[in-house]
Amino acid sequence: MAEFGDCADGDQMDDQAAIHVEDLHKRFGSMEVLKGVSLTARPGDVVAVIGGSGSGKSTMLRCINLLETPTSGRISIQGEAYDLRTTRSGDLEIADRQQVQRIRAHLGMVFQSFNLWPHRTVLGNVTEVPVHVLGVSREEADARAKAVLERVGLGDKLDAWPAQLSGGQQQRAAIARVLAVEPLAMLFDEPTSALDPELVGEVLSVIRALAEEKRTMILVTHEMAFARDVATHVVYLKDGRIEEQGPPEQIFGAPSSPHLQQFISSVT
Amino acid sequence: MPDIDIATPLAPASAKTMLHGLRGFFLPHRIAMALIALAALAAMIAYMDWSWLPAYLPRLWSGLGMTMIMLVASVGIGFLFALPLGLAQVAGPWPLRWMSLGFCTVVRGTPLLLQMWLFYFGLGSLFAQFPEIRESWAWPYLRQAWPYGLIALTVSFAAYEGEVMRGAFAGVPAGELEAARAFGMSRGKTFRRVWFPRALHRALPTLAGEIILQLKSTPLVATITVTDLYAVITRVRQSTFLTYEPLLFLVAVYLCLSGALTIFLRWMENRIPSGG
Ligand SMILES: Nc1ncnc2c1ncn2[C@@H]1O[C@H](COP(=O)(O)OP(=O)(O)OP(=O)(O)O)[C@@H](O)[C@H]1O
Ligand SMILES: [Mg+2]
Repeated sequence: MAEFGDCADGDQMDDQAAIHVEDLHKRFGSMEVLKGVSLTARPGDVVAVIGGSGSGKSTMLRCINLLETPTSGRISIQGEAYDLRTTRSGDLEIADRQQVQRIRAHLGMVFQSFNLWPHRTVLGNVTEVPVHVLGVSREEADARAKAVLERVGLGDKLDAWPAQLSGGQQQRAAIARVLAVEPLAMLFDEPTSALDPELVGEVLSVIRALAEEKRTMILVTHEMAFARDVATHVVYLKDGRIEEQGPPEQIFGAPSSPHLQQFISSVT
Repeated sequence: MPDIDIATPLAPASAKTMLHGLRGFFLPHRIAMALIALAALAAMIAYMDWSWLPAYLPRLWSGLGMTMIMLVASVGIGFLFALPLGLAQVAGPWPLRWMSLGFCTVVRGTPLLLQMWLFYFGLGSLFAQFPEIRESWAWPYLRQAWPYGLIALTVSFAAYEGEVMRGAFAGVPAGELEAARAFGMSRGKTFRRVWFPRALHRALPTLAGEIILQLKSTPLVATITVTDLYAVITRVRQSTFLTYEPLLFLVAVYLCLSGALTIFLRWMENRIPSGG
C-alpha cells in the first residue's frame, strides 16, 4: 500500500494532519459557495461539520477528495498536497491525475444515497476497490471483506445484491466498502439523511464504533446529538465560511455566534 | 403438512415457490390456448402436404445457417459499433457527438431495404471498377452478395443500438460513477467496471427486443440474392407450387428462434436483480 507523507512537501504545513485544508474557495459560475475555509483533522480526529442547507458542507467534503475541484486553496492528505495547477481562466485543475487517484483510493467516502454498485453483490462491492484499484489479491480481499462485513453486521449478506437490502443495510455495506480500503480518513456526507427513522440507529452505531477506535473522519451530519457525542471537533459552516468551531461541549453548550445559537435551537 | 412449512422456512419455501411458479403458469386460459395450438399442429401434420421436406432439408439447414450468421454477426459487430456511437453522444467532444447523432438519425430514418440495395448495387459496382480491389484477397468475398447484406444489417443495428446505448449510458445514476471516482478508479476503469456493465444491464430488455427485430429483418437479404432461410423457402414454393406449407414452416422456425432468444436474454437479465 502506498505510503503518504514520505514524499511530503510538507513545508509550512502541519505534518501531523491527516487532512489539511487551507483557504479553500469554490465557485459554481458566479455563485461563491466556499469563501475561504481552513480545516485540519489530525489522526484520530472526528470532525463533525454542521450547518444549514446550502451552506457548503457537501461541497467542502467533495473538495477533500477532489470530486469538486476548488477554485483556489490548498489541500493535503497526510502531508501530501494535491498537485493542482491554475488554468488560463484562473481556476484550478488537476495536474496529476494519478496522484489524485492514488490518494482517493485511501480516502473512503460514504454518500448520503449509499451509491453501492447494484451489479455486484455485497461482497463484490466491498472487494471491488481492493482488487481492481489497490491490486490486492482476490483471496486477501475476500478475507478482508468478510471481516469488515462481519464488523458492520452483514456477515450473512455476502452474496446478497444491493437491491435486496434495506437502506440501513446498504449504508452499512457502503461503510464496509470504505473500511476495506483501510482508509487514512473517512468522509461521511449525511450518511443517515436518506434513511427511514427506524434505520438511522443501526448506521449511527456502526459509525460510533469506528469513531471510538479513533479512526480519522470528517462527518457532515444533521444528527446534532450524535455529533455532540462522537465528535472531537465541531465545525459550523454558514454561507461558505466557518463561523464557529471548537470542541462539541463548547459548540453545543455555549455557542457564541447568534447564527449558531439559532441553528442549534432550530434543529434540536 | 402445514406446520412443517412454517417450521422449516428456507428449503421447502424455495421448492414451494417453484411449484407455485409452475402452478401460476398453468392457468385455465393458457391450458386452453396450448390445447388449441396442439390441435392446430396435429391438423397441419395430418392434412397438409409435407412430402417436400426431406428433399429440401439440406438446403433448409444451410439457409438457416445463413440466417443465423447474418443475425449473430450483425448483432455482434453492430453492437461493437453501437458502444462508441452511444458513448460519443453522451460524453464525446461535440464533433464526435454530432457525427454519431447524424449517423444514427440518417440510418434510422431510412428503410433498411433501401440501404441494402444501395450497398449491394452501389458499393458492389463501385468496388468492381477498381482493379486493386478486384485483384485483392477480399474480392472473392466482395463479389458475393452476403457481405453487402451483412454490412447493411450491421450498420442498421449499430445505429439503432447506438441510440439505445446512448440512453443506457445516460441513465446510469451519477452517484454510482461518482463512487467509482471517489475510490480512485481511473476513467477507463470506471467505464469497464461500472459504467459499461450498468448501462448494458439497463439496456438488456430493449436490446432483447431489438435482437428479435433484427432476426425479422434478416429476410431482406434475400432481395439481394443471399440464400437465407427465407430465400430457400421461396425456392421451395416456386418449385412445389405449395402456398401455405412452406410459409407455415417458416413461421414455425422464426417463432422457435425468437422464443429461444427471448428465453436466453430474459435469463441474462434476471441474473442480476436491479434496484434501478
Ligand atoms: N455542481 C453544482 N453546480 C452548481 N451549484 C452547486 C453545485 N453543487 C452545489 N451547488 C450549490 O452550492 C451550494 C452549497 O451546496 P452544498 O451541497 O455544498 O450544501 P450543503 O451544505 O451540503 O447543503 P445540504 O445540507 O442541503 O446538503 C448550494 O446553493 C448548491 O445549490
Ligand atoms: Mg449536502
